Amino acid sequence: MATPDLHLREPSASDGRVVLDAPGIQRATTRIAHEILERNPGAEDLCLVAIVRGGEPVAELIGAQLGTLVQRAVPSGALDITLYRDDVVARGVRPMPRPTRMPFSVDKKRVVLVDDVMFTGRTVRAAMDAVLDFGRPAAIQVAVLVDRGHRELPIKVDFVGKNIPTSRAERVVLRARADGELEVAIV
Amino acid sequence: MRHLLGIEEMTRAEIERVLDASEAMLEISQREIKRVPTLRGRTVINVFLESSTRTRVSFEIAAKRLSADAINVSRQGSSLSKAETLADMARNLAAMSADVLVVRDSVAGVPHMLAERVRVPVVNAGDGCHEHPTQALLDAFTLRQSLGSLENRVIAIVGDISHSRVARSDIHCFTKLGAEVRVAGPPTMMPAGIEALGVKPCFSLEQALAGADVIVMLRIQQERLDGALFPSVREYSRTFGLTQRTLALAKSEAIVLHPGPINRGVEIASDVADAEPSRILEQVTNGVAVRMAVLYLLTGGES
Repeated sequence: MATPDLHLREPSASDGRVVLDAPGIQRATTRIAHEILERNPGAEDLCLVAIVRGGEPVAELIGAQLGTLVQRAVPSGALDITLYRDDVVARGVRPMPRPTRMPFSVDKKRVVLVDDVMFTGRTVRAAMDAVLDFGRPAAIQVAVLVDRGHRELPIKVDFVGKNIPTSRAERVVLRARADGELEVAIV
Repeated sequence: MRHLLGIEEMTRAEIERVLDASEAMLEISQREIKRVPTLRGRTVINVFLESSTRTRVSFEIAAKRLSADAINVSRQGSSLSKAETLADMARNLAAMSADVLVVRDSVAGVPHMLAERVRVPVVNAGDGCHEHPTQALLDAFTLRQSLGSLENRVIAIVGDISHSRVARSDIHCFTKLGAEVRVAGPPTMMPAGIEALGVKPCFSLEQALAGADVIVMLRIQQERLDGALFPSVREYSRTFGLTQRTLALAKSEAIVLHPGPINRGVEIASDVADAEPSRILEQVTNGVAVRMAVLYLLTGGES
């Protein structure tokens, strides 16, 4: 489970309450992979699109499982949604955008958007706009490791690793420990 | 960053922030639908009081790829011909709720003067012989693409150093990013005291190019050709023109930049401009991405 690219969101992160440890993440992504196959038989025309950056390690795990299950690599891309965020478009905060990698056409594909944490739904809204700029997919589905509730838009999740009740003020982070193992914590 | 007036005023961190954002912007131009909604409803006014094709079109495309509305104002047909002052014109454009003014003028300091008089972010798109900051940023971005980092790289800038705003901005930019910069040109085109900018003056092409990682060839401006700066185009070309023979003095993997438009056979031979070491067209492609990054960062209104 090497994820050298996942930068720590909390540099000194050992605090907070761990709600999903590495074996838990492994089980959750394995189950999501099976559910994706159930919904999309044979992974026909399937592609995974990770939302940069939290979605990338999750998509990597799901992709690896899917690859084993269908005996071939499922195409995967990474979408940076910074330039589509409604707070960037409206208010003008300026977070650093990162490059998007979409090495395939999404036309007529069944696109599974993958993120680490589902919260307000605004990220998925932005990601759908971004995907549609790359073509006209047959379907868009959403897979997340953790759904923490507090939706602000009418957006549903298709595949969830774990539902975790949170208060609005809490932060839920996917992070890499010093030994490289992933965990999800409430901080 | 409130305005982009010159590289001289920028810190290394600010330069790198623009270059980092440009990476993401570059990908947008490679899409089939080359547009993101980020600056929807914003207005960018390009005030180009000196002629330009590449830079003006580049800024216009950059604004449009971010979904901003782009308006172009040129000297001809503007109210400047009715003797309105520049400052009044800029105040009027700002009063129409422009979100960014991009300004090019043949007089140094005009963008700075306007920045003090309007409440809108101002981007310097070239002011006289002073600075051309977005050119330096796109040059640095192009070099980063090819070389990874500019740290300790040897960069030779060749041509009319005295009158080149590209040279001045490049010098500030490259030295801030850790490169070793040499400048070369005929003595009449080398400003006295250029060492103060942290560069090494060279009076021959051979001296400048020996062991260089990068060669930046400046455009020799036709309007200066028959002046007193050098005797003839042929002589300039023979002593300071980049050819396959003189290119061989630099490192074997050296790359060549030119801000354009190129004078084929004058400062650069066609077989160099069109060959492998040249990054001239990449510079143009990258220019759009860098200007998108500048417009994106300046419209945020943060410090």
